[in-house]
Amino acid sequence: MLKVVSQGVYASVQDLGRIGYANVGVPISGAMDHDSAKLANLILHNDIDDAIIEITLGGSSFQFLKETIICICGADLNATIDSIKVICNHPVIVKKDSVLIFERPNYGTRAYLAIKGGFLNKKVLNSRSFFKEVTKKYVLKKDDEILFNEIKVVDNQSLSVVKLNRELFLITNLEVYEGPEFTLLSKKQKRQLENIEFTISKDNNRMGYKLVENIENKLKSILTSAVMPGTVQLTPSGKLIVLMRDCQVTGGYPRVLQLTDSAINILSQKTANDTFKFKIVPLN
Amino acid sequence: MTVENLTYKSFGNRSILIEWPAIIDEKILNSVLNYKNAIKKNSIKVIVDIISTYNSLTIFYHTSIENIDSEMLTLKSIYNEQYSLKIAKNYLWKIPVCYDQKFGLDLEEISKKNGLPIDEIIGIHSRQIYTVYFIGFLPGFLYLGGLDEKLYFQRKSDPRLVVEKGAVGIGALQTGIYPQESAGGWNIIGNSPIQFFDRKNEQPCFAQAGDKVKFIPIDIKSHEEIFNLVAYKRYHIESEVVNA
Repeated sequence: MLKVVSQGVYASVQDLGRIGYANVGVPISGAMDHDSAKLANLILHNDIDDAIIEITLGGSSFQFLKETIICICGADLNATIDSIKVICNHPVIVKKDSVLIFERPNYGTRAYLAIKGGFLNKKVLNSRSFFKEVTKKYVLKKDDEILFNEIKVVDNQSLSVVKLNRELFLITNLEVYEGPEFTLLSKKQKRQLENIEFTISKDNNRMGYKLVENIENKLKSILTSAVMPGTVQLTPSGKLIVLMRDCQVTGGYPRVLQLTDSAINILSQKTANDTFKFKIVPLN
Repeated sequence: MTVENLTYKSFGNRSILIEWPAIIDEKILNSVLNYKNAIKKNSIKVIVDIISTYNSLTIFYHTSIENIDSEMLTLKSIYNEQYSLKIAKNYLWKIPVCYDQKFGLDLEEISKKNGLPIDEIIGIHSRQIYTVYFIGFLPGFLYLGGLDEKLYFQRKSDPRLVVEKGAVGIGALQTGIYPQESAGGWNIIGNSPIQFFDRKNEQPCFAQAGDKVKFIPIDIKSHEEIFNLVAYKRYHIESEVVNA
């Protein structure tokens, strides 16, 4: 069992998401940064879809009620176990009753805590990812307990260590495809999309990131149609919204761009006031 | 409708968007849903989900689509073969709604501005048979078509931060039920004690696109009774097959 000692900014259990329930309006959810969540599981020789805890911007702490092995990937949130610094991207043995604390980020926004065998909270509709009204809990709160299997550690020689390229977290070009309504844009709007350095507003969460800068816009709403993580919507007021993993399955704003898979992961590691540019790339 | 009326576009590197003319129309809905069923029956392994809306299908693939042209050709050939298919069974669901002003927070305003007595608003709203076009926005939120134009009412310019679970609303020419507490800009005229999304069920929402919905007016007392029955899973929503 893992016990939440303090809640922090926002922490939730996620796997790679809930696929196949869009027809009843259920979002995909799952880890915001797939690459980091997968890496943490791979280092522990878990399945890549095993449940991890996603910790946003720190402040969260957890106590392990059993011995196990963990790995933290993604953002460096200056994690410590019983006051000893945890090395990221490295398997770490954790003794019973020790406390893991995440603090302010050194780089990145979301850290991923994987545990040997994965977290074992109940699957709902084929996934352990938290989502309001789909799972009982949607955010981890003080005193919540999450199941995992105890591992008696003999030695961890078989576990791998990965040297992570920190540059990944500093990328400021997000690769995007043209979205379904891109062709409706004027030349000026297209130019603005590629040239403006966009700033992430305070209004950013697992559902979407609203951007600060305005695009001149006279486009009307479309008849409600499908959207997905990474879809960039242009609202009537000229604001852009980049939809993220918890986004609704349908929407009525023009879908002007679509982030590549890796761009979604990169954006997940950014937060309010961070800036970036869109770079349109061809399909295939 | 022939395949020439449809447009095929890629949507990101892992999905294909198929669009019909942009109008809300039952003929288009039927064409969309028949095509969706035909694609499903072909059980193409790499397809992991299909989202249907008023006039579109978005087909999600497991991985990046290598050859978009050949994938689109496959889909087009399915469209041309589908006419031998039997249409899926659809139901008419009878949804109890309490239109008491305890729940119908905006009934008075609609009554004043549209010049209709509250009784007439309730009469018109519960007389219609609505079509479920698709489910979106929230888990279990049905997009219903068929609202009488007399009940047209603009969305609130300042949405409520909290709309109660079960609230029945009108947003322009659409009507629907909030399946969970949420922020929302629709005008609230009543409340249904029914559960529209139950995570514990294999099929978490009883309705599907293509089904019909009729609202049955109930009083506060029945609302409470049904609410309790629903809580104990003892309530059975009345329904009939509409296209057997």
